[in-house]
Amino acid sequence: MSQLQIENLTVEFPSRKGDFIAVQDFSIELQAGEILGVVGESGAGKSTVGNAVIGLLQKPGHMIGGTISLDGERIDDLDEEIMRAIRGKRIGMIFQDPLTSLNPIETIANQLIETIVLHLKLSKADARKKAVDLLDQVGIPDPSVRIDQYPHQFSGGMRQRVVIALALCADPEVIIADEPTTALDVSVQAQILDLMRGLCRERNVGMILITHDMGVIAEVTDRVAVMYRGKLVEIGETAQVLGSPKHDYTKSLISAVPRPDKRINRFPLVTYIEDVGERKEVDIANHWLGQTQDYADFDGPLLKLTDLSMRFITKHSIFPSKRIYLDAVKKVNFDIKSGEVFGIVGESGSGKSTIARMVTGIYKPTGGKIEFAGADLTAMTTAKEINPWRRQMQMVFQDPFSSLNGRMRVEDIIAEPIQFHKQVSTNAECYAIVHDLLDIVGLGKVAARKFPHEFSGGQRQRISIARALATRPRFLVCDEPTSALDVSIQAQVLNLLKDLQEEMGLTMMFISHDLPVIRQMCDRVAVMRNGEICEIAETEDLFNNPKHEYSQHLLSLMPKFFMDKN
Amino acid sequence: MENQEIERGRIADFLHRLNDNDIWWSFWHSPVAVLSAALALFMIFISVFASVIAPFNPFDLASLDLMDSSLPPVWQSGGDPRFLLGTDDQGRDILSTILYGSRISLLVGFVSVIFSLILGVGLGLISGYVGGRTDAIIMRIADVQLSFPAILIALLLDGVARTLLPKDVHSEIAIYVMIFAIAVSGWVQYARTVRSMVMTEKVKEYVQAGQVIGLGQFTIMWRHILPNVIGPVFVIGTLHLALAIIIEATLSFLGVGLPPTTPSLGTLIRIGNEYLFSGEWWITIFPGAALVAIALSVNLFGDWLRDAINPKLL
Repeated sequence: MSQLQIENLTVEFPSRKGDFIAVQDFSIELQAGEILGVVGESGAGKSTVGNAVIGLLQKPGHMIGGTISLDGERIDDLDEEIMRAIRGKRIGMIFQDPLTSLNPIETIANQLIETIVLHLKLSKADARKKAVDLLDQVGIPDPSVRIDQYPHQFSGGMRQRVVIALALCADPEVIIADEPTTALDVSVQAQILDLMRGLCRERNVGMILITHDMGVIAEVTDRVAVMYRGKLVEIGETAQVLGSPKHDYTKSLISAVPRPDKRINRFPLVTYIEDVGERKEVDIANHWLGQTQDYADFDGPLLKLTDLSMRFITKHSIFPSKRIYLDAVKKVNFDIKSGEVFGIVGESGSGKSTIARMVTGIYKPTGGKIEFAGADLTAMTTAKEINPWRRQMQMVFQDPFSSLNGRMRVEDIIAEPIQFHKQVSTNAECYAIVHDLLDIVGLGKVAARKFPHEFSGGQRQRISIARALATRPRFLVCDEPTSALDVSIQAQVLNLLKDLQEEMGLTMMFISHDLPVIRQMCDRVAVMRNGEICEIAETEDLFNNPKHEYSQHLLSLMPKFFMDKN
Repeated sequence: MENQEIERGRIADFLHRLNDNDIWWSFWHSPVAVLSAALALFMIFISVFASVIAPFNPFDLASLDLMDSSLPPVWQSGGDPRFLLGTDDQGRDILSTILYGSRISLLVGFVSVIFSLILGVGLGLISGYVGGRTDAIIMRIADVQLSFPAILIALLLDGVARTLLPKDVHSEIAIYVMIFAIAVSGWVQYARTVRSMVMTEKVKEYVQAGQVIGLGQFTIMWRHILPNVIGPVFVIGTLHLALAIIIEATLSFLGVGLPPTTPSLGTLIRIGNEYLFSGEWWITIFPGAALVAIALSVNLFGDWLRDAINPKLL
């Protein structure tokens, strides 16, 4: 018999603008020892399912239909008192953020022992023995010493192991894991997934693994349920669902995952996901946006960095000898040729964003030279001198929720750079261009008078791109433009960037931590670590034959999603 | 269809947004907010139109008759139907003096709040955005300022004004001294709030986007950062308005505020206080009630506004 059974679950969130059905007629069965993946994009209702099972739906959400049974007994209609005893004892939980799911002012020992004593009614000494044992099982070295430490003394991955130990401590029958590895680095993610799979098999515990990441699904789950807008669209053996998806949504979701193994021209089948107006074909060559004759032709590399360095003061002191510095970028050299897409890849803290911010003038470099089309930008001091060059390079930012001023209308956001650089003489002309730009990025004129909060993340990123294009730049810096987006939206935005790059002949510096995305987008790539460049190579060369040790390491961590299939 | 939507008139557009607005919705669904706003508006209305509504002009000394002095409210024995709430020791109609007095109290409150708001927001914006030494200097001044209570500063300024200016001029400029004193003592709170919010806003990517475009510091501060930090400023402003009115009343009560010839609510309460024990309670109780009505309604409204805008801030 199945351990956990969800039948026709329907969850509603009432609001003043009408009731929102977050989950509709959702049914799954979880067998003992099985890992069942629930995959879907943000807003699909997958976390709501998890919360409904543990009886912790966020207010004002509530179940309006369906049943949830654990070992054949209904648990969705229990009293809060009884439910509290089931939570933690019979159903364990693992949440996304290991930073916030542990209490920072209690030792690990106290947190584990408290839970064990509460649920298993053991003596304190026995509970401690069990806790040490658990920490050992989840792979924490030297558990009898480390158990008396505080959460901040553990790394992110170690903390997530502690959270897993906490979920296991009352020997639950079922575990709900909500994005357990999303906050972790790729290398740590693989270890945690291995651990979870091993524990489930060993203890015959069923697990519902909620994630947006197809790579995680491919890695550990036995079966997978695909959710789309609150509904279950497909469920089946993982290999079968990923290998030959039946539902159109699943197909489109899988096709949107960037392939690490070969470069494709455009992501196919991505239109299913978000209704963006068709991109209107604008004849760019004859449009204002295509008339870039005011740039002098330049034969050499468009951007040339020489010994570029950035040093931040992390601890200030009036005595220079006592200041502590962080060298975010150390003597970096590279050229970007006209018309190419140059990628920079590296883990967080490698200095890639700092380079982008120095090139675009947000930070002032502490050493080295930035030459753009032959002009030394670092030698210029007045705004009057620099502004004509600023206009030629623009930037698309990472976080679509903070990169647009929420108090301005979309058309004013896009018009601002045109007006500031006095590129057209009348307002009417300016707003006509703005409306064309909105068409070009696939939003349409309807978007013009709205405010940014009325748009989804992907749509906001389109607005951000339109703003970057408004100055008629020839060089575009994209700093992780899709890392905050769902995979299908990412595919759409990457398609758009590719289209624009080709149509407008843009030169691009594309920054990402995601190797498959780099492979799809870039002609040449620089691999960065700790502020230094390890390797610069043609993209295909890098992926087929990485020279530097660190490049090889990064490549080995790529999700095996497509590799398994081929 | 598309064009229709764009062509939707600006007014219709505004009304649509208003109807959609969460704060507006929350206002109409909070009885306390509606009632306090109504009371505050009522008090503002009657004091603005005091010269039309009031049966007498209490500032016109010629119209006063000592024969009418210290009459009780009309429903008590000895009351005169001409004086609804009775008269004071000089024969002034209490109702009229309350109306005129509220006008002065509200005027002092509004003007001083606007002054300290402009001063505080401006300094806070510069302090937070520029940072470094500028920030340190402005914030140390604020710290020093905070160690003096508003009343002390007002007393100090009043004392300076008294010694510097001839006596007859003094009562004329008393109101300006008062406004200045309250404004100067109030800016710190705005500056601190705005500064901390600017510091969280200025690292956001929309500000960097402005820098990439090439916008100047002033444009970024004024057009991009200010609109994003101004919400809580209005909350402080509303709460500060009630406080300013009370400070003014306190100072007038202590005798360093507005002179008895142009009495504010505080002056009236002080005058009445002297007669409280001789049974003439109405001279002090009615102005007191008016003061409570203004301060309470404004405070309740400010409280609601704070919750509606952002329960986490302030």
